Amino acid sequence: MDLQEIVARLDLEVKTPGIDLRREVTGGYVSDLLSDVMGNAHEGTLWVTLQIHLNIVAVASLKGLSGIILVNSRKPDEDTVKRAVAENIPIMTTPLPTFELVGRLYALGLRCR
Amino acid sequence: MNDVEEGFFFLTGKDFTNAGVASSSLKGVLERRGVQQDIIRRTAIAAFEAEMNVIIYAVAGMMKYRITDTEICVTIQDMGQGIPNIELAMTEGYSTAPDYIREMGFGSGMGLPNIKKSTDKLVVSSVVGEGTTLELVIFLKKEE
Repeated sequence: MDLQEIVARLDLEVKTPGIDLRREVTGGYVSDLLSDVMGNAHEGTLWVTLQIHLNIVAVASLKGLSGIILVNSRKPDEDTVKRAVAENIPIMTTPLPTFELVGRLYALGLRCR
Repeated sequence: MNDVEEGFFFLTGKDFTNAGVASSSLKGVLERRGVQQDIIRRTAIAAFEAEMNVIIYAVAGMMKYRITDTEICVTIQDMGQGIPNIELAMTEGYSTAPDYIREMGFGSGMGLPNIKKSTDKLVVSSVVGEGTTLELVIFLKKEE
């Protein structure tokens, strides 16, 4: 599924200007533990978390994730946005809590693979 | 065919701003060499976890790598507090991280187990009060 389509259908707010959202999302993963994501998320996965600090970008970049969604209207730190733009990692936010967001991603057909 | 490539990166304790830079650089080296994707992925996981351990727990450290035709060796040496009980530290879920580190999503006790799972060889040696050295090896499979 295309990230641009997910952003439009779930009304996500994109926090990283200038990044091309036309990219393949191969699945979803939810975790606030960075080592869990490092160890278990697959390449191309869209990552749902409440962590907003800079190091989420390193994790997403090293793992080749397709993007990060921050839940509960959490805003990424300024440094996080800068790094994300530099590393070509889209960050989106939603006012929805994790449970609601993930339910909708699942309903769109996204799976954890 | 003896194409050996070596290098190193300095790591600074508590420097969360540059956390992951060494691992990303190493990943870049492997990509340039055309190393297989799954091997790059495993090396990146192990290097990042080891790098974070230095940043979280140590004053300073260094990541050295040596890539040959047959393997990737990464040595992460730090000046830190050392690990009193390595077997315990290797146990999934065991962590001595302070609360503020855990709130960032680190310190879940999965770092060393992740390194172990991602590598073909792992040697951990540590002296309490002096520091810790991790030597990890990942074999390069021959292209099919």
